[in-house]
Amino acid sequence: MADFLLAAATFVLAMVALGLIRILRGPTLADRVMAAQLLGSGGIATLLLLAAATDMPAAVDVALALALLAAFASAAFVNGIAGPDDPAATDRG
Amino acid sequence: MTLALNVFSVLAIVAGAVFFLAGTVGLLRFPDALTRLHALTKADNLGLGLVVLGLLPRVDWPLGALKLVVVWLLVLLAAATVSQLIARVAQRTGPAS
Repeated sequence: MADFLLAAATFVLAMVALGLIRILRGPTLADRVMAAQLLGSGGIATLLLLAAATDMPAAVDVALALALLAAFASAAFVNGIAGPDDPAATDRG
Repeated sequence: MTLALNVFSVLAIVAGAVFFLAGTVGLLRFPDALTRLHALTKADNLGLGLVVLGLLPRVDWPLGALKLVVVWLLVLLAAATVSQLIARVAQRTGPAS
């Protein structure tokens, strides 16, 4: 079973690596940050699978921290690209 | 019973991996930013949910299982918020020339 879980983790990691091609190709900044978001959710899945495969429960805590940080990264991107003066970017959110 | 749980785990995790594959293919193949966002956010979070579902029988009950579910719920909340923010930026800046 551990072998299967490791294989699944490798597969998900390969999918994330393929998705990173979108960072190279763009064309807009939104596309690039989407690939970074894929890195967040795919990385969480990989960590959870690795935690079960290697019987290392601490990796679940790492996945929890990654979930928080990925969300903050994207929120910081949106704030930074729009700027605090842009009325469409602030408020309402 | 153990065999049944193992089969359940394998099925759920394989389904989750397929959804990750679908999300990546959508991210690479769809024509513009908003359709790519659509493919990515839905497929990936469902894939993560299926992976968590498959792992649930393999962690200690109930705290380990609860932690996995909480990770998934946090990812869902974050992805729902962030995808709205990214969609607003994509719509305002428009497609790249």
